[in-house]
Amino acid sequence: MDALLLVEQGLNGLQLGVMLFLMAAGLTLVFGIMDLINLAHGTFYMVGAYLTAALVPVLDSFPLALAAAVLLTALLGLVVEAVALRTLYRRDHLDQVLATFGLILFFNELVKIVFGPVPIFLNPPAALAGTVDLFGLKYPAFRLAILAVGIAVAVFLWLLIARTRVGMLIRAGATNREMVMALGVDVRRLFGLVFALGCGLAGLAGAMAGPVLAVQVGMGEQILILTFVVIVIGGIGSIRGALAGALLVGMVDTLGRALLPAAFRLVMDAANASAAGAALASMAIYVLMAVVLAIRPKGLFPAH
Amino acid sequence: MTRNLLTLASALALLATPAAADTLKIGMVTTLSGPGAGLGIDIRDGFALAVEHAGGKLGGQDTQVIEADDQQKPDVAVGLANRMVERDRVQVVTGVVWSNLALAMLPTLAGGQTFFISPNAGPSQLAGAQCNPYFFNAAYQNDQIHEAVGKHVQDEGFKKVYLMAPNYPAGKDGLAGFKRYYKGAVVGEVYTQVGQLDYAAELAQLKAAAPDAVYVFYPGGMGINFIKQYEQAGLKGAVPLFGPGFSFDQDILAAVGESALGVKNSAQWSPDLDNAANKKFVADFKAKYGRIPSMYAAQGYDTALLIDTAVKAVGGNLKDKDKLRAALASAKLQSLRGEVAFNTNHYPIHNIYLREVVTGADGAVTNKTVATVFTNHADAYVKDCAMK
Repeated sequence: MDALLLVEQGLNGLQLGVMLFLMAAGLTLVFGIMDLINLAHGTFYMVGAYLTAALVPVLDSFPLALAAAVLLTALLGLVVEAVALRTLYRRDHLDQVLATFGLILFFNELVKIVFGPVPIFLNPPAALAGTVDLFGLKYPAFRLAILAVGIAVAVFLWLLIARTRVGMLIRAGATNREMVMALGVDVRRLFGLVFALGCGLAGLAGAMAGPVLAVQVGMGEQILILTFVVIVIGGIGSIRGALAGALLVGMVDTLGRALLPAAFRLVMDAANASAAGAALASMAIYVLMAVVLAIRPKGLFPAH
Repeated sequence: MTRNLLTLASALALLATPAAADTLKIGMVTTLSGPGAGLGIDIRDGFALAVEHAGGKLGGQDTQVIEADDQQKPDVAVGLANRMVERDRVQVVTGVVWSNLALAMLPTLAGGQTFFISPNAGPSQLAGAQCNPYFFNAAYQNDQIHEAVGKHVQDEGFKKVYLMAPNYPAGKDGLAGFKRYYKGAVVGEVYTQVGQLDYAAELAQLKAAAPDAVYVFYPGGMGINFIKQYEQAGLKGAVPLFGPGFSFDQDILAAVGESALGVKNSAQWSPDLDNAANKKFVADFKAKYGRIPSMYAAQGYDTALLIDTAVKAVGGNLKDKDKLRAALASAKLQSLRGEVAFNTNHYPIHNIYLREVVTGADGAVTNKTVATVFTNHADAYVKDCAMK
């Protein structure tokens, strides 16, 4: 394997990590600050992707469709929070899991009724459909766009949380919720805002993933498991942890898939090496999670 | 009073018996929820259209179709198979999409002497050593579709081919089928996770291996992910991509659009096959459901036609299992893909076509038949089947 290929695989890992970060940031905020296990986070990712796909032909612009889809997804989050989740904050985690699982079923069926059972069409905008030449490396332009959006979101969240009053409340809420309530902060409004922010981020992840992946019913559940792995590794409630966890998972998964079969080929024949490499690569991130939890049971950057 | 009751009872018995014998009950156990639902829904809708075309009477018998969702889970499918045999007492179960579910359901159905007619899943096991008197396949044996592309790629003179498939039995069968007819060099054979989303790592390795053709078997959402990413990586124009029909059928084409244009793939059926039954099917399916039918929809329709043909041949007598089996096995099925006969292992002997992804007359991306790769093609496993 030459150096250029290794660089490309590194870039692939980084890009997958950034994609996971978009999902994980929202989930970890909701989980860490509101103490709500939201299995329906993937649902908002799906809604974001479907809305973008539906709005691109109407608005005739990918960025506009993306912005509208993110806003609408955040609004949907506000509504769902007020209607379905507000009563669950004082219940235990099992009740939350059951209720949000119900939301998954509800929204999957709703999307199927509205858009039909067959996956729908969404491609990158024409300007980003091709490849970009990076020092002799031809890299998909849209994946670079995902990278850029992910970095922008990380900076935005850092500014929001470290530099604004809302961010201060979010940090305080994650650290000691009772104290924040006792100080007279309108926690109900704060929670609604945090949940909408999380949903907007999930919608953004869906909108950015849509041109690369299948826009189909159930797409949220496919990525949700990975997202939970990310926030468990990173430490629940911590944006920094989500970023570190996402990049680690992206790197380990991509490099595992790229390097393990090649490594096995050194000691066995090609067919067996491919099978063994694929099997081990699919376990790699869970092994990573186990190792991290064994050393730091609360994750890399625990918020509490 | 007693006599009146007896009379009433015997009258009811008289009324009940012929009615029960006349009604053809079919269990439609298929995948109606989750990411695989598109396939099951197309099978169900194609089957329903055939029942409608037959005036609600397959083989001249009142037909009742009982739907159930297997959720693509083997345990759920086995439970439903049990229900169909014990509670609903159907004569035929169909609908199964996935090979692993078919393998799981068969013991229950065969044990209950219920015919199991697959409209899609055609695992090698049930074509060979584990073939079963109660199992029929109206669609294909899995390998046949892959063999056709293998032959085409061989005939076209490609020398270095890169192979990719999900790491599960049908993926390995698929690549084995391809290699049965392709004799050139295989410069990479990569198995990826089932349900994998991101193929960037594999595509980078693929590019580095510099093959002159690529063959992939990725059904459903995996196919959509792969095709989009293959084009975005700049490989579409550079290295020709081939696949079985499952990777380039209507369920996927609607989602990837022009990214798949020009790809050659293989199937036993194509929406443009030139026969009257197929033209009527495609037009009526579009009118009724508002979408172009996939190969799965056509298979659902053909399965209903097979039941129709066999039930007609036995004159509506559904009690005599041996006669019904003989009628199914000897059916000269006038299907949407012309006449299809069945081999001793109850799998079809039929043509496999090469198709190309094109933009249709109405602007929709669809498949067009470009060649017949195999004529009256039998599967590779029939010799291992004990049924003669």
